[in-house]
This record gives sequence, C-alpha cells and structure tokens, in this order.
Amino acid sequence: MTDPTPEPPILEIENLSISFFTRLREIPAVMDFSCTVRPGEAMGLVGESGCGKSTVALGVMRDLGANGRITGGRVKFKGRDMAEMSDAELRALRGREIAMIYQEPMASLNPAMRVGRQLMEVPLIHEKISKNKAHARALEVLHDVKLPDPERIMKAYPHQLSGGQQQRIVIAMALMSKPSLLILDEPTTALDVTVEAAVVDLVKDLGRKYGTSMLFISHNLGLVLETCDRLCVMYSGEAVETGNIADVFDKMRHPYTQALFRSIPLPGADKNAKPLVAIPGNFPLPHERPPGCNFGPRCDYFEAGRCDAQEVPMFDVADANRHETRCLRFQEIDWSRQEIGEVATQKTEIGDTILRMEELKKYYDVNASSLFKGGETRVVKANESLTFEARESETLAIVGESGCGKSTFAKVLMGLETATDGHVTLDNREIGDTPIQKRDTATVADIQMVFQNPFDTLNPSMSVGRQIMRALEIFRIGKTEAARREKMLDLLDLVKLPREFADRMPRQLSGGQKQRVGIARAFAGGARIVVADEPVSALDVSVQAAVADLLMEIQRNEKTTLLFISHDLGIVRYLSDRVLVMYLGHVVEIGDTAQVFAPPYHPYTEALLSAVPIADTRVTKKHIVLEGDVPSAMDPPPGCPFQTRCRWKSQVPDSRCEVEVPPMVRFGPDSAHQIKCHLTREELEGMEPVITLATE
Amino acid sequence: MEPLTWTGALSPLLPVLWTAAAALLILSVLRLVCGFVLAPGEATTHADGTLSVTRGPLELIDTAALWTLCATLAVLGGLLVGGAALGHGAGIVGGMSRQLVPVWLALALMLGLSYAFRRRLGLYGKLFDSTIGVSGFALVMFWVFAALFVSFDLIATHDPLAQSAAMKNEPPGTPYTRMIGEVAEGSYPYFLLGGDNLGRDVFSRMIAGALVVVQIAPLATAFAFMVGITLGLPAAYHGGRLDTVLTFLANLILAFPVILLFYLLVTPEIVATGIPSYMAAVMFVFPIAFFTILLNSRFHTRPRLRTPLLIGVVAVLGWLYLSLISERFGAIDILPPSLDLFDIPGGILVVFVSVVFVNSPTVFRIVRGLALDTRTRDYVAAAQTRGEGAWYIMLWEILPNARGPLIVDFCLRVGYTTILLGTLGFFGLGLPPESPDWGSTINDGRRLLAIYPHPALAPALALLSLVLGLNLLADGLREESLRD
Amino acid sequence: MTAFILRRVAVMIATALSLTFVVFFLTNLGPNLEKLAKTQGNVRMSDEQVDTWLANRGYDRPLFAKYGEWLGIVPGFVVEQPDGSLRGRCFGEADTLPPGAPRFCGVLQGEWGYSTVFRGEVGEIIAIRLGLTAKLMLWVMLLMVPAALLIGVLAGMREGSRTDRTLSSVSILSTATPEYVSGVIFIALFASSATGLKWFKGTATSAMENATFENFFLPVVTIALFGMGYIARMTRASMAEVMQQQYIRTARLKGVSFRNVVLKHALRNALIAPFTVIMLQFPWLLNGVVIVETLFNYKGFGWTLVQAASNNDIELLLGVSVVSVFVVLVTQLLSDVGYVYLNPRIKVA
Repeated sequence: MTDPTPEPPILEIENLSISFFTRLREIPAVMDFSCTVRPGEAMGLVGESGCGKSTVALGVMRDLGANGRITGGRVKFKGRDMAEMSDAELRALRGREIAMIYQEPMASLNPAMRVGRQLMEVPLIHEKISKNKAHARALEVLHDVKLPDPERIMKAYPHQLSGGQQQRIVIAMALMSKPSLLILDEPTTALDVTVEAAVVDLVKDLGRKYGTSMLFISHNLGLVLETCDRLCVMYSGEAVETGNIADVFDKMRHPYTQALFRSIPLPGADKNAKPLVAIPGNFPLPHERPPGCNFGPRCDYFEAGRCDAQEVPMFDVADANRHETRCLRFQEIDWSRQEIGEVATQKTEIGDTILRMEELKKYYDVNASSLFKGGETRVVKANESLTFEARESETLAIVGESGCGKSTFAKVLMGLETATDGHVTLDNREIGDTPIQKRDTATVADIQMVFQNPFDTLNPSMSVGRQIMRALEIFRIGKTEAARREKMLDLLDLVKLPREFADRMPRQLSGGQKQRVGIARAFAGGARIVVADEPVSALDVSVQAAVADLLMEIQRNEKTTLLFISHDLGIVRYLSDRVLVMYLGHVVEIGDTAQVFAPPYHPYTEALLSAVPIADTRVTKKHIVLEGDVPSAMDPPPGCPFQTRCRWKSQVPDSRCEVEVPPMVRFGPDSAHQIKCHLTREELEGMEPVITLATE
Repeated sequence: MEPLTWTGALSPLLPVLWTAAAALLILSVLRLVCGFVLAPGEATTHADGTLSVTRGPLELIDTAALWTLCATLAVLGGLLVGGAALGHGAGIVGGMSRQLVPVWLALALMLGLSYAFRRRLGLYGKLFDSTIGVSGFALVMFWVFAALFVSFDLIATHDPLAQSAAMKNEPPGTPYTRMIGEVAEGSYPYFLLGGDNLGRDVFSRMIAGALVVVQIAPLATAFAFMVGITLGLPAAYHGGRLDTVLTFLANLILAFPVILLFYLLVTPEIVATGIPSYMAAVMFVFPIAFFTILLNSRFHTRPRLRTPLLIGVVAVLGWLYLSLISERFGAIDILPPSLDLFDIPGGILVVFVSVVFVNSPTVFRIVRGLALDTRTRDYVAAAQTRGEGAWYIMLWEILPNARGPLIVDFCLRVGYTTILLGTLGFFGLGLPPESPDWGSTINDGRRLLAIYPHPALAPALALLSLVLGLNLLADGLREESLRD
Repeated sequence: MTAFILRRVAVMIATALSLTFVVFFLTNLGPNLEKLAKTQGNVRMSDEQVDTWLANRGYDRPLFAKYGEWLGIVPGFVVEQPDGSLRGRCFGEADTLPPGAPRFCGVLQGEWGYSTVFRGEVGEIIAIRLGLTAKLMLWVMLLMVPAALLIGVLAGMREGSRTDRTLSSVSILSTATPEYVSGVIFIALFASSATGLKWFKGTATSAMENATFENFFLPVVTIALFGMGYIARMTRASMAEVMQQQYIRTARLKGVSFRNVVLKHALRNALIAPFTVIMLQFPWLLNGVVIVETLFNYKGFGWTLVQAASNNDIELLLGVSVVSVFVVLVTQLLSDVGYVYLNPRIKVA
C-alpha cells in the first residue's frame, strides 16, 4: 500500500461542501470534505446516520435534487473537474465510468420493466452496441454475479426475484459497462446476514476482476474492514479521520473513532467484566452544530477555549501513510490508555425457571394470493416444536434471520396469537392458548415487549408521558392520576431520561430516546419477562451500547428475564447468557453463549458466525459462504430445514437430511448444549472454530 | 333613475385592469410554452448562504408575470376598497362591495390574527405558509362569513323570495321598482345583479343561497365521516368476514350512479313511504355510537370519571338524536312535542340523508385504507401487547395518526357535497322550489340562458368560487402536512 | 387469470342482482304504483279502484315474485279479469291463454317492458338513446383522456416547477367546475345574445342526427372538463411519486437522458393509478351526461333517465337503471383486469 509513485487518482474530492436549502435556512450537510480514491482501491466511508456520507456520494454523482447545492470545493474524476462538465458529458459519465448501488435493491429496480431490458439499457446508451451484443454482455455479467439460469432471469420482472437476487441484479447493472468507479451506498443493509456475506464476497471478487475502484459507504465497521483498503470516518458532515484500514483500526488518532470502537461489541467484550462505553450526549442536528470541533461536546479530551475556538482543519499523522485526523490534540492524547470509566459489575445470579415452552407449534393458513379470495390455502409452519425454558434474571438470545419464526414465537408468548399445539407455561400456568383479551392484568403486565423500530414504537400523536401513563392505567397501577404521573416520572428516571420529556411529543425525541421511552413503557407494570425484538438494531452504533446497557442495568435491578431477539451475533455474544438459534421455525441449536460460539456448531450457526462481519483486525474467520437464499416458510424443504444450503450435507449417509428432521444431539454438562443435526457426535465435535482471535 | 354601470365612478380603473389581466394571461401561457423549450438560469450559491439565479429569458417572463399579477390584484383591491367607500356610486361592484363590508372586516380580522399567531397554531398556522392554501381558505371563509351575516339580515339588499313584476329578467344594475313606474321607498334602490324570471333580486338570492350550502354541506360531510370512520376502522382492523361484507356493501353503493340514486331517493313518493326517515334514524345513530365508544375505550379504566361523562354525553346526544328523527305526524313520531327541540322539513332531511348516504362509502374506503396501513405499526402492537381493547386501538392509536389525509379529504369532500347539493337543486329534487340555493337558481335561470344569462351566471360563479376555495384549501393543507 | 375473471364476474353478478333488486323495490313502492294507476287509469279513482286496477295488472303480488317475473326466472303472472278474460305478463289481454305464449318474459328473455312516457318498447328506446350517448361519450373520452394524461404527466415530471404550478392550478379549477356551472358559463359566453359571441349553439338537439363542431363541441367540452381535472391531478400525483422513486434515480445515474427517464421508466409506472381512476370515472361521467343532456337538450340516455324518473315511468326507469349499473360494473371489471395487465407486480396464478 505504500506505493512510491502513485498512479493518478480516479476520484479526488477537495474541500467539498454541500448544503440543502429549505424555506427557512440553509442546512449544511457536508463540510470541507476531502478524499482520494486511487485505481483499484476500495475506500470505505463510515459514519452514523445523518453524518452526510450518502450526500457525499450523491455530490460525486451531481444528483442532489432540487434543494441540494454544492457550495464549495471540487470533485475531480480522472483529473477532470466535474463542475465544468455539461449535462451531456455528465450523462456519458454516469453508468459508464461511475456506477452506483443502493441500499434497497427492490426500490432500485424498475418494477414494470424486465430485468434484461434494464441491464441491456446501460451498454445500449453508452456504447452504442447492437442489441444482440448487449444481450450477450448481460448474460455474461449475470453469470459473473453467480445468478443461476441467466436466460430466465433476463425475462423476469424484479418482484419475481428474491432480495439477494435483486441485489445481484443491481450489482450486475452497475458493472455492465465496466465502470472505473463503483459507489456502494449501504449495499447490504436490507439483506439477511448470510445473504449479505455472499453479496459482499461477490463485490470484492468482482472489484478485483474488473479492476474497479470502490467507494463503499456503510455504518458497519466490520463490513468496511472486510471490503476496503482505506477508510474515512465521518462525523456530523465532516471527515474526522482518514487512513489505511490497519492504521485507523489499530492506531486511531481521533477521539470519535476511538469512542466508536469502544461502543461496539467486539470479541472479548463482556457485559460484566468489560462493558461497552457509550458515547455521551447526542448527535448534533445539522443546524445546531457547536462551534469549533463538532465532536467537542461529546469528547473526553475536550479542552474549552481551544477545541471550540475555531474550525479544526485536517492534520497529517506523521508516522503512517496518508493518515489524517481532524483533532487539535491528537499528538497530546495517550492513545494507548485504557477505556475511561470502565466499571465492572457483579454477575447476576440466575434464578428459577419462570417460562417454559414445550413442543410449541404455530401454523398459519395463508391464501395463495391476496387478490383471489378463497382459492387454495397454504399452511405456513412458522414455528415447529419449539422447546426451551427461561429463568429469572437471565438473558436468552434468540438468533435467526428473517422468516425464521422468531416474531411469531414472540406473538404467541404475548398472547397476540394462540399456539397451534404444545405448551407455554408461565410459573407453571398454561398460557399458550389464552389470547391476550382473556389474560388477567398481572399476566399481561408480566410479559411485555420492546420493539425494533424506534420511529414506530411510539404513537406520534400522544405525548411521551401520556403513553406511559396509559400503560400504568391499563395495568391498574396508581389509584389517582397524580399517583400515576409520579410513577411515570420515576419510570423516566429509570430509563435515564430527563423528567421534562414527559410533555414532549415523540417527534421531538431522537431514536435512542424513543427507544428508552419504549423500555419505560414495557417496564410500567413491573414486567418479569421482556421480549426485546431487535431493540438496538435500528439505532446508531454509538447509541446501541447505551440502550443495551440500560436494558442490562434494569435487568440486574429488577431480576427480569430478557428474551433478546437479534440477528447481530456481536451484541448477542456481548450480553446474553444463553443463545437459541432458529432457522425456518426450528430451534437448530441452543446452549450457553460460550458453548454456541465455540464448536461443536450446528452447520447453520457455523455459517452465521462466519457471515457476521467483525470490526477487529485481530480476528481471523473461517470463510464459509452459503449458497442461495433462505427458503420461504410457505414452502419449507422436507427433512432438515437447513439441508438446501448446508455444506455438511454430503457427510450424512443415505440423504437422511432430505427425508427426516434431525434429532437433538446433546453436549456438555447436564446436556445444556443441544444441536439439531444428523451429523454424528464425533463429526460435530471435530469442527474447527470459525473465529480465532490472534493473541497480542 | 339611471341604471348602474359596473364600476361607476371608478371606471377609469377598468382599462388598467383589463390590460393587466390580459398581460398576465398571455405571460402565463408564454411561460408554460417556454418552460418546455428554454433552459432555466443557473443557480449559484454565495458565501453568505444565499442563492442567486442568472437571468435568462424564463426568469424575465417570471418577473414580468409577477408584476402584472400584482398590478391586477392591486386594481381589484382598489375597486373593492373604493367601492366599499363609495357604495353604488362606484357602480354595481361598488354597491356589492359596500354590502359586503361586514364580510371584509371579519375576513381581515381573522386572517390578520391567524397570520400573527401562525407559529403557534399547528397545521392551521402552517397553512399561512402556502399561498395556494391561504387563498383557498380566504375564499371559503368569505362564503362562510357571507352566510353568517346574511342569517343576521345584513348583506342581502332585498328579500330573496320577494317577486316584483317590474323586475323580471332585468339586467344587472337596474333601479328597483315594485310595480312598473312605482319607486319603492325605503328599500335598496337597485337590483345589483338584476332580476330573475320571477323578478327576484339575483344578488340577494345568491348570498342567501350561501346559507343553504354552508349549513348543509359541512354537516352532511361530518356525518358521512362519522359513518365511514365507525365502519371503516373495524373493517380494516378485524378484517375477515366483517371486512368482506362491509366492503361489498360499500362497493354496492359506489356502483350506483349518484344521479340515479338521487332520482330514486329524493322523490315525494319515497318521502311518503318514510324510507328517508328510517335511513336517517340509522345514520344518525353513528355519531352517538362513535362518541360513546371513543370515550368509553379511553376511560374504562377510570370508572369514576367514565360513568358520569358517558351519561352526560349520551343524554345530550340522545336528546338531539330523538329530536332530529322524531317528526310530528311524520314516519317516526316518538318524542312528545314538548320535548322535541326542532323539526327538519322532510325535503331538507331527505337531501341531507341522501348526501350522507352517497358520501359514506367513499369515506369508508379511505378510512379503511389508512387504517390498514397504520395497523401494522409497532405502537399498535405495543397497545395490543398491553391488552388494550380493539376500539381503543382503533380510535386512539390509529385514527389520530390518520388525521392528516382525513382533514384534507374532508375539505375536498365538502366541496364535492356542495356540487352534489347543486346537482340536486339543478334537477329540482328535494329542496323547495322557491329555495335560493345555487343549484335551484341555476335550474331556474337555464331556460332563458341564451337571452338572459345573468340569473344563472351569478349562482354558478358563486358555487364555482366556493368549491375552488375548498379545493385550494385541501391542496394547501396536503402540501403543508406532507412537509413535516 | 380465468379463475380471477370468473370470480370477479360472480361478484359482479351478485352486485347487479342486489342493485337491480333495490331499484325494483324503490320503483315499485306503494305511492309510485298509486300514481301509476292514476296516470294510466283515471286521475279521480278512489282507493278501492286503485287497488283493483293494480290487482288486475298483477301489481299486488309479493315483491320477490314480481322481481322474479321481471327478471325472467319466475313464470309471468296470469290474472283473470272481472269480465272473465285473462291478462298476463307475457301476452297482454286475451280471452283464453294464447297458444305458444312464453311462460317466462323478463329481462333475461329480452322483454324490458313498456314505457308509459314514450309509448314504446323499453328495450328499443334504450338502444336508441344509448347509441346517442355513446356518440357523445366517444368524443368526451377522445378529448378528456389524452388531455388529462398530458397535463398530469407534464405537471408531475418536474414537481414544484412553474409548469407544474400553472398546470395544477388549471386542473384544480376544472375539478371545481361541475358540469352545470361550466355549461352555464359556456352557453352564456359563447352561445348567448348577451355577449354576442354566437360561436356555438346553446342546444345540441340537432347533433343527434348531424353532429357538427358548432352544435356538439360545447356539450363534449363541458363533460370532459370536470373529469379531466380529476384525472390530471391523479396522474400528476402518481407521476410525481414515481419520479421520486429510487429506480428513477437509478435510471438517471445509469446515464439515461431526462426524456427517456420520463418516457421509458416513469410513464408506465405512473399510468397504473390513473388507469383505474379513468375506469372508475364512469359512474361520475354518467352524472355529467345526465346534466349535460338536460342542459343542452340532447335526447340521449341521460335525458331518458330524467324523463323516466320525473314521469314515474317504472319499467323504463328500471331498464335505464339496469343498463347504467351494468355499464358501471363492466368498467369496474375491465379496470381490475387491466390493472393486473398493467402492473406486473400483481401475480395472477
């Protein structure tokens, strides 16, 4: 990477500033942003939502919409200033030289146009080649993105393909004219983890094969580590640190980068011994940025009178290659110092079993198509013989990708649906076939839920305090309105929100704050079991740690049983005591956290562990890429649910995997670790660990 | 006496007005055509955060159009203000402007106050950021105030029902004589907008017609919303068979051509059978049901507050309901006359009922669609997981979050109802033949349209302006509510 | 697809049966029949005489039986008259049951009944009037649909631009002008002696035989204008929404020119919603037809409806209702089927 005579860069962004203009004011989205992408290089652009990373991409494409303007700086593509290009020249560049891939594959494809036409359009516009040649090219690229049966796919409409296939089409479309620069804006965020891993793999390979430079925009540091050579960290419209991956990950020179790494759960972090450190405060709104350093108010190293005196320029870090930081004090700070405010807490005692599920089954009848009422009905087997128990003060993580049945199981537990078969017992009372209307108030208050999407969890037209008080009313807590208000304020204290928030409307709160209100509401009736459905996955990285720690703290004090539904194995490893892995309605593995994260694995767990990106340079992972997508729960494969994608299938004789559902194989002391697999005990025990941590 | 001219003493302003208006029209068309041909000027930004645009031919046209628009509005304003000062000295326009002085004052006061406090008034305040919205609102309020003041006997110059043989089909501005040659002392000296085929004052009838519309249209629309909401929410929330049946019924009514429905429902024969009264009895139950469920679902956890509240509300609404449906010697006669608060004439009731009946299924469909969308939100799931009742979730979690589109649709629907009322009047259905409502007046005037257009033209333009105002208001509201 | 159409047709037939029954019920109410008896028989009939008159003509039987007969699924009535002769639904008056007289004679057999106003077969009257209205509607559609789509697409493709604002104002103005207002204004402006601009004719009666620009343009424009604004606004909203979609940005960033973005990528997606709207306009267009035909004295289907309804012509009104309900339902069916074809996202098994 230390090339003494660098080739001329593909893309140079110099002091770029972009603003959006509203009726009231100018909102600067990007300020003084510089970066360079060299041929064949992959540049990562990392930051939290609202930091301006996507705006940079659109600025490069010169597609900022009616309100956006470039207010300063230059973007040079292959040495040419893009501001001086005419519309026609820009058009000739777009698609041929610079291509872009977005987050939502379904939304990026024209729903009313066949895939083939959309692909062929690119060379037809730019290279003026014949239709036959374009067709041949499309087939070739489809083959490159590893889509089966390209001829059929060319004739398909986008909605007929799965999410993973759609994203491959989008990638194929971007590569049709072999561009020199590819901009990827969160290309895998909408995909499942195992599908994401395959797509990322593909992008990396194709980038190498076509010699394309990449600008990779993501909020996920792990993903950037896996795909990029260089990295630029953005905060509140500015680049705060730029450098080679290794430098920024291991020798960061900006407090924000450091704080970011401390707030994400890496292997080795532990909720009791080595907790995460959340970044204090909130992300500043674009029109409320502080003077001087934008990160100042949240920075541990803030020095009044200096950091807030003037705009901070980028400084070169001397000891590394093209490593820059926007920090005045980067030479004074002791970067090797351990985390500040690290407090180890006592591990809580796990109590008695309070919730037990036995052979729980939930089937739905679904009409084949909503347009035709009647017609054939199909059965969706959302949950197949779920058996597990949860104890007091325990965090049980439920891991799985979309369609694995985790939400259905939560619905049955809450009483929104009743079980088709099997038992759910709470304190040895059967509740599995009691719908919520028939449950008594205490049972309802005992089992509560924290939802995923912070922007959806609160009723937008009711004040925060009212919503909590309504829950208190329903749970019959507090005799008078005044008593309930007092209790509500206590709950706000519990979730560490200022009491003034009681009279605010939800839209005045940030995502993390809304999630806290959601937690307060769930604990209003003194819940003993809280189902947290991906409670932090929609939050920004720096807020995730704070919300997760809040949950842990309440759990310690209230002895709550936490059922933590998540697909993020990092956070699961960090905070759960036991883990349950689900696939297509089946529990495929269950055990203590340490047991699940170490061999023996269920083949699916193994793939999942390999797929999850980890933002740690010390980690080496075994490379396992699953083929294809998760099958639909409408049409599950016979036998083992995972058999269609399993790489161990050939090891099992007589194709038993395709015929019968495997039994649970038990491991460990008191058989706490269970794996649903046809592989023999020896084969399972002989598996290699997926993640190895290099010792320092 | 000489007949009035249109602008009287202010006539010198007219050439200016026509020139400006013609220029505005030409420039608008020119701008539209050029917009497809010419490229707009380049926008550049400055260090102080302002934008400037280089002046191309398009921008020149824009500026010119803006100036002509200002000039047109200024002359119009001058005519109205001058007219209000001079009275019929400033011709017909002046005479009308003088009569409308209470409306001008009320309008100015209301718009001024609202504008001053617009930042504290929520969505209504934001309306004042949109030119379209605020002009629509002003048009609507003009007619609302006109209807209000005419009910206090203020604006109208003559009795809208009084006929005068001498004034039959006389053109606008004719001096008023009760009989030929006989000057009426003490009454307004002119028929400002002329006389109709029975010699009634067109201006007074037009203003009085506003009262009919402003009374019926919003109320009927509100009832349609109650019905649509009370049925649409459960259809969307529960789905299943209930949804299938209700949707089928709604589609059934929607498949009926409106005009046919009116011809079948609004005839004296049907009124004689009492069917409209029974329909009214069913439809007017919905508001009571709506408010009872609304309050009960909210306060059922606090019985000490709930019970007295419900008793009060049900008693008041119930009494109103019984007074409304019970008619002395009518189809439903259950309330003793001493308790019956008011009787609604059969003709008005049947018009009201059929308008509600026609509008309800559309509202049902809109509410159902909105509720289907909102139903999947997490806050609805949160309410379910704490064991809330279905009606609480529908009315307190779903409905408030669908209010934006519903408010917009309400405005549009009042306009539509106004058109329907006009249609009824146009076919002489339901409303009494003497009624000054705009539809009936257009119907009266259309027979001699080719010779005397003024009796039909005045109510036609009045109706047009009210509906236009409602449409503009809805458009402004939609734009502003989307801006969040 | 076949299953889908069959199911839709089944729903449509159920709807048609319900609606015709409602119309039948409403037109055969006591007061209507009494009025019929008095206009057909004698104005000064006593109540008993009215009852006998009605009984002799089979009107006194249960509603469902009468509906079944009218529909043609129940054998037509045969009533013995006081003088011993027979009167039947299917053969009129005769001394004995005529041989070969059909047992069923309802709408399904093509027997629509007799119009008391026009003194003729309902079926024939409707056929003629419907033809005249079809001519009117053809021109309305030819004018309205392209104009509305053009305005909507031009306004929606650059949302918020000056073009958009001008065109949107025009379409709002046109939705705020019901036919009876625009018709009155047009006649007052272009066909009255008051302004002196006698460009067009204020009546369209002559257009029934010989439609010319002079006698046919005003009615066509009047109907088209009201519907046009609505369709244009829908098209604009749909177009503006589509233009903000990610795939339009994808297309733009592929290097597709603005013209082709609009024509190739946006248009088909943007026209899905207005298509349904246009088809569902039919019940409202019928409104316009009735108003305009009355206003311009064009003796088509709408004019017939008014005549039938205001003169208590029960069988004609029934026939007119059935036809208009049928037209509405068929267009709804077409709109559903067309929607499926236009929108590839809807799967048809």
